[in-house]
Amino acid sequence: MLAVPLQHRLCPSHQAVRAFGHGCAPGTGGAPEHCEHSPTTEWMNERANKRRACLEEAVPATGLWPPANAGPLASPPQSAFESEVSEISITQSEINLALRHLRAWMKDEKVPKNLATQLDSAFIRKEPFGLVLVIAPWNYPVNLTLVPLVGALAAGNCVVLKPSEFSRSTEKVLAEVLPRYLDQSCFAVVLGGPQETGQLLEHKFDYIFFTGSPRVGRIVMSAAAKHLTPVTLELGGKNPCYVDDDCDPQTVANRLAWFRYFNTGQTCVAPDYVLCSPDTQERLLPALQSAITRFYGEDPRSSPNLGRIISDKHFQRLRGLLGCGRVAIGGQSDESERYIAPTVLVDVEETEPVMQEEIFGPILPIVNVRSLDEAIDFINRREKPLALYAFSNNKQVVKRVLAQTSSGSFCGNDGFMHLTLDSLPFGGVGASGMGSYHGKFSFDTFSHHRACLLRCPGMEKIYSIRYPPYSPRKLRVLLMAMETRGCSCTLL
Amino acid sequence: MSGKEGKGAAKDPESEPTLGMDPVADTLRRLREAFSAGRTRPAEFRAAQLRGLGRFLQEHKQLLRDALAQDLHKAAFEADISELIMCQNEVDLALKNLPTWMKEEPVAKNLLTQMGSAFIRKEPFGLALIIGPWNYPVNLTLVPLVGALAAGNCVVLKPSEISKSTEKVLAEVLPQYLDQSCFAVVLGGPRETGRLLEHKFDYIFFTGSPRVGRIVMSAAAKHLTPVTLELGGKNPCYVDDDCDPQTVANRVTWFRYFNTGQTCVAPDYVLCSPDTQERLLPALQSAITRFYGEDPRSSPNLGRIISDKHFQRLRGLLGCGRVAIGGQSDESERYIAPTVLVDVEETEPVMQEEIFGPILPIVNVRSLDEAIDFINRREKPLALYAFSNNKQVVNQILDRTSSGSFGGNEGFIYLTLTSLPLGGVGNSGMGRYHGKFSFDTFSHHRACLLSHPGLEKLNEIRYPPYTNSKEQLVSWALGSQSCTLL
Repeated sequence: MLAVPLQHRLCPSHQAVRAFGHGCAPGTGGAPEHCEHSPTTEWMNERANKRRACLEEAVPATGLWPPANAGPLASPPQSAFESEVSEISITQSEINLALRHLRAWMKDEKVPKNLATQLDSAFIRKEPFGLVLVIAPWNYPVNLTLVPLVGALAAGNCVVLKPSEFSRSTEKVLAEVLPRYLDQSCFAVVLGGPQETGQLLEHKFDYIFFTGSPRVGRIVMSAAAKHLTPVTLELGGKNPCYVDDDCDPQTVANRLAWFRYFNTGQTCVAPDYVLCSPDTQERLLPALQSAITRFYGEDPRSSPNLGRIISDKHFQRLRGLLGCGRVAIGGQSDESERYIAPTVLVDVEETEPVMQEEIFGPILPIVNVRSLDEAIDFINRREKPLALYAFSNNKQVVKRVLAQTSSGSFCGNDGFMHLTLDSLPFGGVGASGMGSYHGKFSFDTFSHHRACLLRCPGMEKIYSIRYPPYSPRKLRVLLMAMETRGCSCTLL
Repeated sequence: MSGKEGKGAAKDPESEPTLGMDPVADTLRRLREAFSAGRTRPAEFRAAQLRGLGRFLQEHKQLLRDALAQDLHKAAFEADISELIMCQNEVDLALKNLPTWMKEEPVAKNLLTQMGSAFIRKEPFGLALIIGPWNYPVNLTLVPLVGALAAGNCVVLKPSEISKSTEKVLAEVLPQYLDQSCFAVVLGGPRETGRLLEHKFDYIFFTGSPRVGRIVMSAAAKHLTPVTLELGGKNPCYVDDDCDPQTVANRVTWFRYFNTGQTCVAPDYVLCSPDTQERLLPALQSAITRFYGEDPRSSPNLGRIISDKHFQRLRGLLGCGRVAIGGQSDESERYIAPTVLVDVEETEPVMQEEIFGPILPIVNVRSLDEAIDFINRREKPLALYAFSNNKQVVNQILDRTSSGSFGGNEGFIYLTLTSLPLGGVGNSGMGRYHGKFSFDTFSHHRACLLSHPGLEKLNEIRYPPYTNSKEQLVSWALGSQSCTLL
């Protein structure tokens, strides 16, 4: 790990703050001349071009993954397909989307007016917050670091990136190569572990974007509270997956298996456990075995398509969970490779460790319920998860689960495909987080939406009606002007 | 604050024998049970609550005006336009738009999700806590309530104990108009509020000072509860040399002394050149006299300071700089004259804290750049104002500063537009509300994708064993969202 002292690493961000004051972000480019108080095209262009430059430079940087020497220290080892699909493509898509829409997103948004403001210019202006801190995790270290970065840059902020120290190879590339592609007066990478991150959080930021566990999420929000810094927290939880009796077991098993074992289960939105009846469990198990064999071969350990656990600590934690319930499929492990076989556990009690913590590994426990109601109760007794899944041929069943539960996001009859849609906000609720991003939601997350009203300095006679001494007649006129309902302003 | 009881209000713990029971916990549990049972979800229920709130405002208009007069000596005109009518408008807007706001919002799909339906679903968070302040005790408590109810939450209201008469009406009368299995009023002072905040809520909406905002957010952090904080600050008001002094003076005067200056978005201090100050002062005096008469103390249109504590605080500020206009005060009435201070130093108390009273300091600057630097050296305010005949000047200030909201050649009239979000930035707050923004604030936006349970053959391209051609296909299909052919 690159042990760069925190002090040194923060200097660039202090410079970034000064640079910010001198025009890295909005407020530069001269005053607009248009008589309707909206920015001129040149001014918008200048601002937009600066941000484009930042984003465009990031594109080639994303072509550097996966790192060439992916050995035991590479973290986390992903197959090229999984890297491409879940990390690189998605990041590039986000960059392209931002580049395509930047001008539209940056535009002042005019809003409807009432009679009282009819002659005014009323709009919402998107402004950067200032200095943004993005703290990223190790499981999708490219995606979950760079996609927030896209939003922060597009919104015009200066950014401090704190990549995870656990995904060491990726951390190295982010720290050493990425900055060369960005304007380093407005961007810095800070390295370190929990202690350094704690020190970092004592400083004041204008926005903090954190992806990680709920436990650390609380720490981040408490630190942010001292400076009244707004936050987005992308946390985790145990994502329930209800499987109805009315389903095709093989289809469900395929989908379940892929989304559970993708990235070796180290996905915050992966189905964490299954809820189904004993009958359905009987039909699911052989189907799951079949899917696992088709995907990873007879010996999953030699499959190039199955990853490994990020660290010894997590490996030990997961190996401990293999003792819960009874192993129905898989259960093998190898410490030297941090390998855990795609595993399914049955006869699992709610009180066992595997049902108490987010699994974050290639282990899928099945918990039996006797009815849909019981499944819904089970889900609602627990913290709101980041994702929730329901599989059924019966639309009504899927809709009931959707209607009677809450979660960050929901997918019926599939796993986390919704992540691929940048038109959907990605975020948690309750213990699984607050705020959301992806696509335009990222831009909006990193922007302050400033309400603006610009009035002409003259015509004081019209506006004098509101001044004291007050009278009932004045009041009547004002109330009519303030009305929002049945607005007759179409006359104007 | 103790002993205030009413229907729907939680009893003050101080007045109960200490049995180790927490009556607030009982109230919260009751509300949570109602929420879990789904009572607040149907549109009809929410509309009924909103209509109930509307009836409360209609049927007790005079009662509320009287309470506001008792608490703040608020003129009926001001009570109507800044409190009652604003609430009524929000209720009407929510009732009219509820079906639309509640609708699932379909979104664009890519090739891989083409056969499914993708949409955003608005869901209530659950149990929302609204902590209201004393300066607009009806508006700033009930407008958030509109949003929380429209979004389908159960609500605990904590009105300010400082605006006592209004608190009484909210605690005793309002609950009669709402379903009390889903709504409660909790009373108390700082200590009780602190205890209230130890409980878990699913959303906290707070209006008040930055100091208490930090306390609220810290408490919320323990439960990972999202918050909206509507805080305050010193709202700068730049007055350019190129202006008509009387027009500026009229506008600044009205917005400064409205509600006796106890407004979080009021212009807090003026920045202008010495020349402009010379032209402004007589114009301000003229406006004050026209509005409040030769003896403002006898004007029915000027309010009073909320409490002795705040009166003393403000009277202390009268010693800063030099009094150019006004400066009189009367402790027995908590009266402070509409006052303008000049020769004010940046280090003096009147420039160090949010004034929140009928005192307007003028600080001299020698140029627009100096004014902008002055503003940017300080915390981001809730509102920012710039007066100039020159549009470029107004736009420069807008471009080179940040604030919750901005008014050019005008004060806080933008508050009447439900299409504009009201909220702060930096020290002045986070989050926003009014109109649809309220509904969105109190809703969780849940991303939903309903896929087809069959058509499994189409999915085979994504499963292992991975191949280059699969990878290319999938990458391409992922990026196909913007494909206009589909």
